[in-house]
Amino acid sequence: MGSGIGASVLRVEDQRFITGTGTYTDDIQRPGQSHAYIVRATTAHGIIKKVDVSHALSAPGVIAAYNGADLQADKIGILPCGWMTMNIDGTPMFSPTMPVVAHDRVRYVGEPIAVVIAESVHQAKDAAELIEIEIDDLPAVASIERAIAPGAPIVWDGAKGNVGFHWHIGAEAPVTAAFARAAHIAKMDLVNSRIICNSMEPRAVCAEFDVGKGEFTLYLSSQNPHVQRILLATASLGFPEHKIRVISPDVGGGFGIKAMHYHEEVIACWAARKLGRPVRWTSERSEAFISDRHGRDHQTHVELALDKDAKFIGLRVSTHANMGGYYSTFGPAIPTFFYATLLSGTYPIPAIYCDVTGVLTNTVPVDAYRGAGRPEATYVIERIVDRAADDLGMDPAELRRRNLIPVDAFPYKTPMGSEYDSGQYELALDKALALSDYKGFEARRAEAKTRGKLRGIGLSSYIEACGAAPSKIVMANGGGSGMFESATVRVNPTGGVIVMTGTHSHGQGHETTFAQVVSDKLSIPMEQIEIVHGDTARTPFGLGTNGSRSLALGGTAIIKALDKIIAKGKKITSHVLEAAEADIIFENGRFSVVGTDKGLAFGELAFTAHAPARFPTDEIEPGLEETAFFDPVNFTFPAGVHVCELEIDPDTGTTDIVAYSVVDDFGNIVNPMIVDGQVHGGTVQGIGQALLENCVYDEDSAQLLSGSLMDYCLPRADDVPNFKLDYIVTPSPHNALGVKGCGEAGAIAATPAVMNAVVDALQPAGVQDISMPATPLKIWNALQAAKAAA
Amino acid sequence: MYSFNYVRPSSVAEAVKALNGGNFLSGGMTLLPSLKMRLARPETLVDLAGIAELTGITIEGDRLCIGAMTRHSDVASSADIQRVLPALAELAGGIGDPLVRNRGTIGGSIANSDPSADYPAAAVALDATIVTDRREIPASSFFTGLFTTALQAGELVTRIKFPMIKRAAYAKFPSPASRYAMVGVMVVDTGKGVRVAVTGAGPCVFRQEAFEKALDQNFAPQAIDGIVVSAEGLNQDLFGTPEYRANLISVMTRRAVAAVQARR
Ligand SMILES: Cc1cc2nc3c(=O)[nH]c(=O)nc-3n(C[C@H](O)[C@H](O)[C@H](O)COP(=O)(O)OP(=O)(O)OC[C@H]3O[C@@H](n4cnc5c(N)ncnc54)[C@H](O)[C@@H]3O)c2cc1C
Repeated sequence: MGSGIGASVLRVEDQRFITGTGTYTDDIQRPGQSHAYIVRATTAHGIIKKVDVSHALSAPGVIAAYNGADLQADKIGILPCGWMTMNIDGTPMFSPTMPVVAHDRVRYVGEPIAVVIAESVHQAKDAAELIEIEIDDLPAVASIERAIAPGAPIVWDGAKGNVGFHWHIGAEAPVTAAFARAAHIAKMDLVNSRIICNSMEPRAVCAEFDVGKGEFTLYLSSQNPHVQRILLATASLGFPEHKIRVISPDVGGGFGIKAMHYHEEVIACWAARKLGRPVRWTSERSEAFISDRHGRDHQTHVELALDKDAKFIGLRVSTHANMGGYYSTFGPAIPTFFYATLLSGTYPIPAIYCDVTGVLTNTVPVDAYRGAGRPEATYVIERIVDRAADDLGMDPAELRRRNLIPVDAFPYKTPMGSEYDSGQYELALDKALALSDYKGFEARRAEAKTRGKLRGIGLSSYIEACGAAPSKIVMANGGGSGMFESATVRVNPTGGVIVMTGTHSHGQGHETTFAQVVSDKLSIPMEQIEIVHGDTARTPFGLGTNGSRSLALGGTAIIKALDKIIAKGKKITSHVLEAAEADIIFENGRFSVVGTDKGLAFGELAFTAHAPARFPTDEIEPGLEETAFFDPVNFTFPAGVHVCELEIDPDTGTTDIVAYSVVDDFGNIVNPMIVDGQVHGGTVQGIGQALLENCVYDEDSAQLLSGSLMDYCLPRADDVPNFKLDYIVTPSPHNALGVKGCGEAGAIAATPAVMNAVVDALQPAGVQDISMPATPLKIWNALQAAKAAA
Repeated sequence: MYSFNYVRPSSVAEAVKALNGGNFLSGGMTLLPSLKMRLARPETLVDLAGIAELTGITIEGDRLCIGAMTRHSDVASSADIQRVLPALAELAGGIGDPLVRNRGTIGGSIANSDPSADYPAAAVALDATIVTDRREIPASSFFTGLFTTALQAGELVTRIKFPMIKRAAYAKFPSPASRYAMVGVMVVDTGKGVRVAVTGAGPCVFRQEAFEKALDQNFAPQAIDGIVVSAEGLNQDLFGTPEYRANLISVMTRRAVAAVQARR
């Protein structure tokens, strides 16, 4: 069938996205609406002496103006952190409290300190200039290095040395033993640079309060409306959950940063109720730079022990993670559980130990960004493997091949507790090497040299944990809630199907992929299927979309609900056709009596279920609607290999990616076209981090210097090559669809592949290593330094 | 954006009269972002879009004349300019991105004297003439510093006159993020001498006389080998140090010379 699993069906949502007829939060206009403008701290660290809004109140068009104390007086709560990380000594992490609007102290540039609500945004901004603000500056600190140095400015009085937590995983003794008997130890210091996401649609909020019903409706550009509702109910707004409806309509990109609970949704709800008018807010681009949660920002020392056969026998990793001025919603989870559990990579390393220090600084809080912890882990392991190959004079592909987890080792349990589900890592490597003509590289390098270019090749063999998440595992490691998924399948009397999912699509194409799953299972055309997501009033409770979880979990919940539909259909059919239930089969969209031509088409069955004259309603309920929840037993583990080939112009330091090959194993694939697109997008973001995206804070003032698109370089189409993609299919045994997830792989695998290639290109010129982002300036400087040293 | 008065006159005279301490608005690519970010607060905006005499590309005698309101995309795609001064069409085609090129104007760019704008390099290297509502100013004395020019308050650029020289080329190293020139070098071989103008590197466009002398002797990329470009006074930002820019001046000059050589 043309729309079943495996077909590259064109995305049904693209009609509205491409023709500009989508409905984003900012498109939703409510009668009587007012506009909020958030006044943000312009100084990174200081004691609030005064935020006097009284002059703003008399400005034209102003409806209200508030400071942090006003919210406190109304008992507005805090923005909670949903993850508890434990210190090595068994004590809980230091937990800073994040106010919705700062009232005593500011801790990063961009932190909300006041709000003005007016008839128009312009009036609100005019009035905001009249607010009298006095903040006594305190010394500020932005980088990990400075924050942990003795005598550094202290961000939180309760966090000595700016350490928020010091966590570890793995047993130290076997690692020490492995290193003691190592034939070689490779060592490296790595920076995983800070990222500012820049979703195309900025964050946006529109809140209203229905006085008659005592109910909030919140339109919110979010990845997980149900999660936002719980947090509003229990922590920030403090209002009964069932009296809050959160709608996340079309959302123009999330990449993690729209999974967090933010100040603005709380402010808008609270003010809407107080004022009796809808309150809206849409972020501006420059505001997004200093208020959307940032990503990554790690410093790591890594050591890999190898025996005389170049087998990996031990890995020691010590990481400092910049958490920003507060813990964001999932902040501490990302550099701990979602990072260190993957440090084994695609290799059987018998002994691994990792400790992670969460560092508080005067910067925007850091949280999940496409991959969230897993790219940081892959970066560490895939860079140190290249360093080891270099130390030993081995081909990096050969060193990897010698160490990959073999096919017969699955399920494979790593010393970090992860149990890899299935994979064919060596096959992926072989395919990628063939796709990239790895063998022919040295000839291409020599040819490039004749043109004065430095050519390099780099690979990464990545692994990631997707399908987040098995609730038990997550909650045992600090998670504050379960992470299962849900689906309700409603069959209409005329045979159309509405699927309500707890996941949320913000670019992933669920409306197409999920409909294909249904079309495949029921053999009905796509046009008869509607996927509903992003509305707490219409969808069953679910955790939204992040961690490449939607198809593995949400898709499986749909399958489970469809199984219930089919089971009920069989029951009804057995009565209608007077046959034993065991003799009813469902095939090609038809319920029939096995071995006969007697049967009901799916549409007929749907009608019969709603016209219940021919089956006993005391035994079988009328109607045809089923809900299912799915909590997986394990994560899924997509894996694959990226090969990047690039040329550096030594005159300017510019890098040109000339070829890029990717082999992924995502398990079964529902829509190959959509999956290609996810790989493209993720890889481009990874390339952006490796080469272009340079987040810079001033060391002394902790002002963000790269605070606009003129200063912060996002990758564009002409910065990236055409990608060569190929796939291996090793189904995951952990879900009915056999899928593993594909949303983050590109961003996970690309950075180490690109950086390995950059280093490979630069080594003949005497540059041994370079940190991300490898900008033209940084590369040129490194080449000059190498020349001077030679 | 603060509130302002908006006028849309249909002649140069009306425009100058209406200004009243405000700002002329041409493509708005620079002015509108600064208004949106509340960095500027003009009382009045005088939109030049309705003034017919400010548009048009004509050849008058030995001069190519381009009206101040001519968009970068029109300069890039003009068959006349591609024929008589191909380097200028190429320069315009490399400004920003298609959206910017479809709105931004040559007059706005020249009047703004952004340190990283492309047109100033062409104007100075080609020894263009900036025509205003009241006088003609040689490009050599027009650009006076960072965002400053010889324009008096309320003076309106109406057109730019260029000599028609085929042996000219522009080599630009774009800023990775903005695509403005980190360093852009225009090299012109007038037949009587070589002129090299550099944009992006300093507070405003300047000529590189040492290179000109060397290229006068030997018009070849390697002619400038060994000439040290001082980094002193060059721009510093997240994308480039003064030393890096000094290096780019040499690299881009060599590339521009090679491009001139390749022209037929
Ligand atoms: C994203 C982006 C990328 C860009 N990249 C480049 C690039 O690569 N290279 C480059 O050279 N430029 C670049 N620009 C600048 C752009 O191309 C315009 O040239 C520039 O913004 C000025 O032209 P404008 O017509 O938009 O002027 P406006 O923004 O309308 O005006 C600019 C200033 O000049 C004054 N002004 C305008 N017209 C006149 C006149 N006729 N007489 C006197 N004063 C006048 C205005 O009052 C204002 O002060 C970029 C701009 C953007 C936004």
